[in-house]
Amino acid sequence: MNAMTSPDLSQATPHPAPFLRVEDLRVKFVSRDATVRAVNGISFNLERGKVLCVIGESGSGKSVMMRSLLRLHPKKRTVIEGTMMVGEHDIGAVSDRAMTQLRGSLISMVFQEPMTALDPLYTVGDQIAETVRRHEGLSKEAAWARALELLELVRVPSPERRLKAYPHELSGGLRQRAVIAMALSCRPSLLLADEPTTALDASVQIQILVLLRKIQQEMGMSMIFVTHDLGVAAQIADQVAVMYAGRIIEYGNARDVLLNPQHPYTKAMLAATAKDQDRNLPLEAIAGNPPDLRALPDGCSFAPRCKYAGPDCIVTMPPPVTDIRGHMARCFKVEAADGPLAFDERVAEPA
Amino acid sequence: MTDHMMTPRTAPVDPRDRGGPAQPMLIVDGMKKYFPIRAGVFNRKVAEVKAVDDVSFYVVKGETLGIVGESGCGKSTLARLLMHLIEKDAGELILDGDLVGGSTGVLLDGLRRALQMVFQDSSSSLNPRLPIEQSVAYGPKVQGASGKSAKAQARSLMEKVGLNPNLFGQRYPHELSGGQKQRVNIARALALAPRLLILDEAVSALDKSVEAQVLNLLGDIKKQLNLTYIFISHDLHVVRYISDRVMVMYLGQLVEIGPADQIYEAPKHPYTQALLACRLSMDPEARVDAAPLAGDPPSPVSPPSGCRFHTRCAFVEDVCKAKTPKLGDVLKLSADKHLAACHMVHPDSGHSRAPAHATAA
Amino acid sequence: MTDAVADSSLRPPASRPASAVRVRSYWGSVWHRLRYDYVTLFCLVLIIAIVLTAVFAPLISPMDPYKSSMAHRLRPIGYHNYLLGTDEQGRDILSRMLYGGRVSLTMGILPVALATIIGGLFGVVAGYFGGKVNMLIMRTMDVFFAFPSVLLAVAISGSLGGGITNQLLTLTVVLIPPLCRVAETATSQVRTMDFVDAARSTGASTLSILFTHVLINVMSPVLVYASTLVSVSIILASGLSFLGLGVSPPTADWGLMLSTLRQSIYVQPIVSAIPGVAILITSIAFNLLSDGLRQAMDVRA
Repeated sequence: MNAMTSPDLSQATPHPAPFLRVEDLRVKFVSRDATVRAVNGISFNLERGKVLCVIGESGSGKSVMMRSLLRLHPKKRTVIEGTMMVGEHDIGAVSDRAMTQLRGSLISMVFQEPMTALDPLYTVGDQIAETVRRHEGLSKEAAWARALELLELVRVPSPERRLKAYPHELSGGLRQRAVIAMALSCRPSLLLADEPTTALDASVQIQILVLLRKIQQEMGMSMIFVTHDLGVAAQIADQVAVMYAGRIIEYGNARDVLLNPQHPYTKAMLAATAKDQDRNLPLEAIAGNPPDLRALPDGCSFAPRCKYAGPDCIVTMPPPVTDIRGHMARCFKVEAADGPLAFDERVAEPA
Repeated sequence: MTDHMMTPRTAPVDPRDRGGPAQPMLIVDGMKKYFPIRAGVFNRKVAEVKAVDDVSFYVVKGETLGIVGESGCGKSTLARLLMHLIEKDAGELILDGDLVGGSTGVLLDGLRRALQMVFQDSSSSLNPRLPIEQSVAYGPKVQGASGKSAKAQARSLMEKVGLNPNLFGQRYPHELSGGQKQRVNIARALALAPRLLILDEAVSALDKSVEAQVLNLLGDIKKQLNLTYIFISHDLHVVRYISDRVMVMYLGQLVEIGPADQIYEAPKHPYTQALLACRLSMDPEARVDAAPLAGDPPSPVSPPSGCRFHTRCAFVEDVCKAKTPKLGDVLKLSADKHLAACHMVHPDSGHSRAPAHATAA
Repeated sequence: MTDAVADSSLRPPASRPASAVRVRSYWGSVWHRLRYDYVTLFCLVLIIAIVLTAVFAPLISPMDPYKSSMAHRLRPIGYHNYLLGTDEQGRDILSRMLYGGRVSLTMGILPVALATIIGGLFGVVAGYFGGKVNMLIMRTMDVFFAFPSVLLAVAISGSLGGGITNQLLTLTVVLIPPLCRVAETATSQVRTMDFVDAARSTGASTLSILFTHVLINVMSPVLVYASTLVSVSIILASGLSFLGLGVSPPTADWGLMLSTLRQSIYVQPIVSAIPGVAILITSIAFNLLSDGLRQAMDVRA
C-alpha cells in the first residue's frame, strides 16, 4: 500500500482538539485459511457533540471499525494497528480492566437487533438498573428510579409499566428504545450506533432517528452512526464517511457528500437507490460485487466495478484529495484546485 | 422446461391462459385468517390474532401489485395464505378464472405450479446443506422430471438469473453473498414455470447496489417470461419503482388500493399519507423534527373499533370510532380505480371533512 | 439484459489469485477444520486403534483369555509372559482386555446406533408434525426421561435378566429418550425455516421434504450428540456388568473385570485398575472426539 496521509480535517474545522481521533486504523482477522483485511487504514476526527455517519455496504468494514473502538474483537485472532484516542484515553493502550470501565461510561453501543441485546429472562427495568448499579454503584431503589428516568428520556409511553415488562412483551420500536436507554444509562460521551434502525419499520425508524438526534443534542454527546441507508444518513449526520472495502473513500459534511458526491462509488450508490425513477427504465445498478477482503486488489478497491477506472486505478490506491471545506474523496478523477472538489467526467481510454 | 421458458414470446397471449387476457390472474375474495392464542393447562383458545381480516383484491395479468404496510399488518400472512402454506379460515382464490380447491376448481398442484414465492433473503431461505444447483433442481424433480433434465433446467435457470452454473452450481448457500442467494431464490421460484410470483420482502435485506441489480433482474425476467408479480415490501421507494398498482394494509385489512402514481401523489387514506411521509429524504436540510406516525400499531388481537386506524389518526372524529369505513367493492371495479377505506373520502359518511356529494370515485 | 445481470455471474476481473478462495463441499470443509484440530485427531486415532485391537483380538492376544492358572494368580505387570499381569484366576489380563474390548465397545456403539435410528426417527416425526403427534411421542419419552439413566437401566435389565442381548436392549431403551429429544428440537427448528416452505410450495410430498431437506440438517446435531453417548453407554454397560446385570462370567468384559478385580485392589492395585483406566480413556476419547466434531460441523464457524 502506498504511504497514507490522513486528511487533515482539523484545519478545515476551526475547533480545537477533536474528541475522537482515529489514525490509520487497520484491522485484520487472521485464521489458518486466510487473512481478512477488514479495515485498511482509516483516519478521521470527531468533535464533541457531533454526529458522524458511516455509510457502507456489508463487508465495507464499518461495523468492524465500531467494534474496534470498543475493543470487542476476540484478541487471539485480531490484529489491530493504528491509534484510537477517545478524549484522553488511548483505546489501543488501556488495560482490559480499564477498558471494561470505559465501556458504557465513556463509550456505549446500540446494536442492530434489539432482541439479541436484551436478556429475555429479565425485565427491562432489571436490566437497565443493573447496568446503572454496576457502573455507578447506586442503591437498588436509586437505580430503579434512574431506570424510570431513562425510559422517560427515550419517550417510552407509560414507563412504569414497561419497566416490569420482559423484552418479548415489547414491540420492536419499544425494545430499541429500551436498548438506547440502557446505552445512555451511564451518560456516555460517545455513542456508537450500529444500524439501530435497520430492523425497524419506516414509521418507527423515523421515530428513533428523531429521538436519537434530540438526545444527542441535549446530552452534547458525540455519535458514530453506521448505516447502509443514505436517507438515514441525511436525517442524522453532521459528517458523513463513505466506506468501501475497509477504507474511507469519501468524507465531508452531510450536505456535501449526499448532495454533491464526488467519488464514483458514492455517486453510483445514490443512482442505484430506488427513488421515484421511471419504472420503465432499469435502475443504474453497480455491476459486480464488492472485493473479497481475503484478496484485495492493489489499487483502488472500487476500480474493478468503476466505469471511470483508468490504468492508474488498478495499480495504486489514490491518495485523499481534500478541499477547503473538508470534503475529501480518494479518486484520481477528483481535483480540488481552489474551490470545492470537482470530478473529471471523462472516461479513460482503454489502455 | 416448458417451451414457454425456452422461447420468450412477445405476443401477450400465453398458451397457458385459460380465462382470456382480461380475466384477472388471481382473484382473492374475502380472505380471512385468525391465529388462535392458546394458553392454560388444557390449551384452550383464549384469544385470536386477526392477522388477515376479510381482504379482497385481484391481480391483473402482467402487472406488478405492490403491498405495503408496517410489520404485523398481515402482508406476509397474506402471501402464505395465497401459497396455501397455511390454512385459510375463510375466503376464495380464483386463479385465471378457476376456483382453487373445491370440487370443480383447479387442484392445489396446479396452483403450486402457477404460483411461486421468493422468500426474504436470510439464512433460512436456502437449505444450508444442499448445493444450490440441487436446491433449484428440487422443484422440477418433485414434479416428475428426471434427475438429468431437472439438473439441466436448474443450470439454465441459474444462467437466466445471472449465476454461472459452472462456477456456482456446486456451492453451498453460506459461500454466497446476499445478492447471489437471492438470485438462487428467484431461480428456484422460476423452476416450475410459474405465472405469478409472490415476492415477500425479496430485496429488503440486500445492500442498495445489490438491490438495484436484483430489481433489474426481476424486471427483465418479468418481461421475458410474461410474469405477474405481487411485490410485498416495507420499502416505499422500492414499491413505487416496481409496482403498477399498490395496496396498503393496516392491521389485517386493506385500507387503500389504486394505481401506484395516484397512491404516491395523492394518497387518500390518512394512514397512507403518514406512511408516505415516513420516507426519508436524501437532503440533510429537509429533516423531519417530529415523526409522522406516533407509536406502534395497536395489537391485532383486539383491534380498535370502527376504523382501525382511528387511534393514530390526526383527523379522528366520533364517526371513525363508531362505524367501520367501507373500501368499496374492489372486485367489481376496474383496476384503475383508486379506493380508500376512510370516512373522509366517502360522501355523507358523517365525517366533517367528507365530500358532500357522491362525486368522488 | 442489463450489465448487472450479465456481469455478476463472473466476479470482476480483479487481480485475484484463483487459489485464494477455494470452494469446498460441506464434508470437505469439515475435514479441513478437523485436520488442524490435533486433540480431536489424536482421539480419532486412539479410538481407531482400540477398535482394531478389539476386532483382531484373536490374532494379537498372546494367550487364551479363559485359560486360568492357579499357580500364577494376581501377578504384577511384566511378570514373565504376562505383559499386564494376571487376574485372580491367573488369566492373562492383556488378552482379557483385548477380548473384553470387543464386548465393551459393542456395548458402547451398538446401543447408541440403534437408539439414534429409533430415537431420531421418533424425534423427527414429532418435530415435523407437531401438535398431537408431538405431544404423544414426547410425553412418552418424558416418562422415561424422568428417571436417572442408571436407575432406569438397572430397573429394565433387572426385569429382563442378564445376558448380552438383554444388556443391549436395556441400553438402547435408556438412550432413546435423550436422542429423541435432540432430534425433535433440531427438527422443529428446521421446520420453521423458509426453505421448507419453499419445498412445500413446489408440491413436494412430506416424505420427500423430510429426506431432502430435514434429515440432512438434523443429522449433524444428532450425530454429535450420539457420539457423546458412546462413552455414557460404555460406562453404563460396565456398571451393569459390575452389578452382575450384564454379561456373566467368565466372559471377558471391562466392567466385569473391574468388578472382580476390585477385591484384589490391596494385593495388586495397579493391575486391578487396568480395566478402569481402559474405560476412562475410551470414554474420554469419545467425548473429546464429539467436541471436536461439533466444532468442525458448525458451518458458520
